[in-house]
Amino acid sequence: MSSGLIVVVVIVLLILCAVAFGPFILASIRGRGSRSAGLRFGRRLSAAELEAERRAEDLMASVVGAEGLEQYRALGFLHAFGDPEGDGNPGYGYLIYPHRPIVSFDARSGRLLNELCVSFPDRSDAAAGGRLPDADDVLAKWMAIRGDELTLLASANIHAPGRQVDPDQARRDVVRLGEWSTSSDGAATAQ
Amino acid sequence: MKPGLGDQLLAEGDPDVAEDEQRLIETFRRQLDMGMWAAVPTRAPGRREAVLVRSFSEVPAGSERVIFFPPATGG
Repeated sequence: MSSGLIVVVVIVLLILCAVAFGPFILASIRGRGSRSAGLRFGRRLSAAELEAERRAEDLMASVVGAEGLEQYRALGFLHAFGDPEGDGNPGYGYLIYPHRPIVSFDARSGRLLNELCVSFPDRSDAAAGGRLPDADDVLAKWMAIRGDELTLLASANIHAPGRQVDPDQARRDVVRLGEWSTSSDGAATAQ
Repeated sequence: MKPGLGDQLLAEGDPDVAEDEQRLIETFRRQLDMGMWAAVPTRAPGRREAVLVRSFSEVPAGSERVIFFPPATGG
């Protein structure tokens, strides 16, 4: 067999392989891309921001207790319940996330009720950027709910669940909160 | 509470001492004039709470501190 014929056979085989397996290879490459977590931007906190977060968590612990801070670190949010109703149990509660809407839920069924979009921009100091450390933002929401719930509600933009906070995640967080309260007896932290 | 800083001590003193009380009142007013909200953490057995106060006279007797933070706005 001449070398020219061998080259032709190899080329034909390569073409046949491309036709046979090309779509599969392309699909695999595309599939790998779609299974990724998506595009994310992030940055490290500066030393000053880390120090601010540490101070904010210290302040949180001094207000809601060590158990409350433990919950915040473990679950990523604090909670608050409404006043007890006739049966002695609260009818509703709040999931309080940093720099995300507060999510209210039915304390008996776990059903999500509303998203309360609220923020605490400090316009008195533009140089500081106007954004509280995460733990301070959560604590401010918690104090406002416990201290004057109606005023906070009046300040908030209220939407149906799912506008900014993934409702599946919020439902899971309601379950996680229940498990946390049961396992750690942490319900005393931030009623 | 301050953006980028966390909490800062603004003033401290004994409200039962006239000179301290005056300084605390002035600081309180200055913060409210800047639009800040004022919260006083409280605790009862097994329960942590907070009250929002709008004047120095509303600060519960025996309170250890007042925390000022920016007012809530619709996000």
